[in-house]
Amino acid sequence: MSTPVLELDGVTVSYPRPDGFRGAAVRDVSLAVAPGQALGLAGESGCGKSTLAFAALRHLPRGGRLEAGSVRFLGSDLYALSRSELRGLWGRRMAVVYQNPGGALNPTIPVGEQIAEVYRYHLGLDRAAARDAAIGMLERVRMANPGRVADLYPHELSGGMQQRAVIAMALATDPELLVLDEPTTALDTTVQAEILDLFAALRREFRAALLLVGHNLGVLRRVCDTLAVMYAGEIVEQGPTAALLARPRHPYASALLGCVPDAGRGAREGRLASIPGLPPSPGTAGPGCSFVRRCPIARPAFCGAEHPPLYPQGPGRAARCHFAEETPEPGTGAAVAAGGSAPVPAPGAEAPVLHVSGLSFARGPVEILRDIDLRVAAGETLGLVGESGSGKSTLALLVAGLLAPSGGEIRLDGAALAGRSRRRSTLQRRAVQMVFQSPDTALNPRRRVGRILERPARVLAGLGRAAAREKARALLEDVALPEGLIDSFPVQLSGGQRQRIAIARAFVGEPRLVLLDEPTSALDVSVQAAVLNLLRDLQRRSGAAYLFISHDLAVVRYMADRIAVLYQGELVEEGPAERVFAPPHHPYTEALIAAVPRLDGTSAAAGADEGGDAADGEGQARAAGCVFRRRCAAAGPRCAEPPPWRDLGGGHRIRCWVRPGAGDAAGRAS
Amino acid sequence: MAAPAVDLRVGRRARRMPPSLLAGAAMLLAWVAASLLAPWIAPHPPLASDFLALLQPPGPGHPFGTDQIGRDVLSRVLHGGRSVLAVAPAATALGLALGTTIGLAAAYFGGWTDEIAMRLLDAVMALPIVIVAMLALTFLGASTLNVILVIGIVFAPLVARTMRAAALVEVRKDYVRAAELRGEGIAYVMFREVLPNVAGPLAVEATLRLGYAVFTAATLGFLGLGAQPPAPDWGLMVAENQALLTTAPWTVLFPALAIAWVVVGIALVSDGLRVGQGP
Repeated sequence: MSTPVLELDGVTVSYPRPDGFRGAAVRDVSLAVAPGQALGLAGESGCGKSTLAFAALRHLPRGGRLEAGSVRFLGSDLYALSRSELRGLWGRRMAVVYQNPGGALNPTIPVGEQIAEVYRYHLGLDRAAARDAAIGMLERVRMANPGRVADLYPHELSGGMQQRAVIAMALATDPELLVLDEPTTALDTTVQAEILDLFAALRREFRAALLLVGHNLGVLRRVCDTLAVMYAGEIVEQGPTAALLARPRHPYASALLGCVPDAGRGAREGRLASIPGLPPSPGTAGPGCSFVRRCPIARPAFCGAEHPPLYPQGPGRAARCHFAEETPEPGTGAAVAAGGSAPVPAPGAEAPVLHVSGLSFARGPVEILRDIDLRVAAGETLGLVGESGSGKSTLALLVAGLLAPSGGEIRLDGAALAGRSRRRSTLQRRAVQMVFQSPDTALNPRRRVGRILERPARVLAGLGRAAAREKARALLEDVALPEGLIDSFPVQLSGGQRQRIAIARAFVGEPRLVLLDEPTSALDVSVQAAVLNLLRDLQRRSGAAYLFISHDLAVVRYMADRIAVLYQGELVEEGPAERVFAPPHHPYTEALIAAVPRLDGTSAAAGADEGGDAADGEGQARAAGCVFRRRCAAAGPRCAEPPPWRDLGGGHRIRCWVRPGAGDAAGRAS
Repeated sequence: MAAPAVDLRVGRRARRMPPSLLAGAAMLLAWVAASLLAPWIAPHPPLASDFLALLQPPGPGHPFGTDQIGRDVLSRVLHGGRSVLAVAPAATALGLALGTTIGLAAAYFGGWTDEIAMRLLDAVMALPIVIVAMLALTFLGASTLNVILVIGIVFAPLVARTMRAAALVEVRKDYVRAAELRGEGIAYVMFREVLPNVAGPLAVEATLRLGYAVFTAATLGFLGLGAQPPAPDWGLMVAENQALLTTAPWTVLFPALAIAWVVVGIALVSDGLRVGQGP
């Protein structure tokens, strides 16, 4: 390997804490990235991975300070350079792509001009040459129709196209180092797959070394050669990506892998592992190993006192653990065994709790949902998947009565529900409750936990003051939170704790149906695993029906008994989870499944998706015929007609003309 | 290998209040205390004329001088603070109550309710406040209660705009959805769920309006639409003595300074609250 592009040696970064002291967010990190190499920084929120990435650029947020160590970029000490020398590097020899492409683009300037600006400022090209270069760059990031796109404003582009434009801007000067901070987190799965393919292709065309910061191990697996797993500001394990993920040597890395739901597995085949406890907050780590309190193999007396160094673990690998050879395999830790894995009883064929028929919703001329038919039985989980804008959250709001449908019927235990929540009876209201996506906004920040739980106990369950308090305590226990939190404000809780409170609130009135709208997408994987397990346990105890909405197929596969796939407001496939995940699929389902980045590296490209960006059809008038026609690789002339539902047996049905085709065994047009 | 030997501790820093908040609060406290204690600390009764000491410049017997019928300016300024103390907070409270209700309702209901409420408020705000107040007081008659009502009502649209803007962010949050889902009434959602979360902007708005209320009350007094002679009212005092501005400036200067004192004090508190809220 030649001289590294980036070399970090003993880097320690601190931030001021609210109490006036400074806490170390990154501690003693050393790493190197060679030209053309891609290094992934993995870890959960608060582990210091973004801070480390920005320290490597000498672009720390306000208050951040390099306390010790050095950063060398192409051999020169970055923190010894003057401001003007730094400006010569930023944007020219080192570039960044952020998580939210909408925020990185100036909304008042066409994207082509924003890229051309880079050429004019850094390379001194004149206006015409810079524009040509910008269009050329858009073409290199596989933007369809770059000449036209160059004249569009950011809001006229879909999320995926915006991110391509940002990447084009970052690569315009052919930088030596490209830092990618969660570059696909804000994107839909199919778009994410396209962007990841793009990175893989660009790595061959450009010389940039990549530093990819991410929490999704599947994403890192697709792009990076080497991986560094961070915990509490330290690198706890590093090594070649495939080898590290196949057999992690640090207990944290192993536990983290065990938390990740895999698209091939459902809850009936066993619970997800989860990591008990919370990571230490920055600057409060003790003298020993920072993972000691959550570690299944720790010798507390020894590990709590002796700080482990990075022990070498074979070629190119190292783990910060005294007992690395004892590290359990992912998914076999103590947490799994303790959780028990009694299978969820399969729901019977009784009358459905929720029966939605012919439901539609339109806002002005825009049809958001069209003719939706769904059933959910008691104790059953129906997973609802689809990309952003598919109308899945709207469906939940309609069932909850927070939006009034434009047509169709919603029945709860056979009785029709009024369109608006206010017009429903108290009994009906307590029977249908909802858990929202973001626990930060779902709890009133000015209310204590006790009050948040007592109010619904009084309003919905009609309890008196003392009984409501008692109920609140019982609910805290149900969601495995300490009773002491009852007087806390939401801001004093972690994200996972807040979501548990929101779940407890939904269960106050012993609901028949709980609507779960992306309940874990704002949480870290280890927390997500614990929350998913909690939801399964509550369902087993209460027999509630779940409508589980998610864009994450692996999570849906884990949670759902049956799955319904929604595309642009129409159902295209519905059936038992294991059947939906096995062919034959609807072409759209196929594209969704293919797009999921898998930990074993088997992910295919964005399969059937040939129509360019997912959101391309957005805002256009709905064409007659199959909704998926424009993006479908298998589409034929018949697809101009609305496709019929075809029954594939076992409750599995697909709305498609071409699948199952001649090659697929099951099913005839019904 | 031990943790890096870096001492990350800096001195514990006390949470400090913004200096403008402290200064403003001190000014206002001085005013409130002086107004409440006026009957005991004022050297003379506010209405008593000393015909042997007409238009005396500030001196040992009369620190602020006397006016043209020999009344002690200091005593009148001290007593004049009492009417401001009654009018401004009451008018502000009325304006806040009306404006908050309208603003929260417009934000919560949105759509047509919001459109209509906002256009009506625009129409009211297009009229100059003093002209509206003059018209109303001419019809209703000048009295303390009417001054409070009029100022309160003309302030409501301004408050409503601010509160609507603050509440628009909150009403979209899911805790409001959760309250609707358990069937809470409209008033509960607006005042018990949303209002506590816009308390910060409300506090800033309250101090801002209070300052304007002091100023508007003085203006109405100056125009003869508030307190009537011989009452010791700051605005009225400025009006009565404006002809003497060149010959006996102290008769105008001290009531004017008193108005400025209170308005600046309130502005400093308002500023301090805004800084304290921070981003």
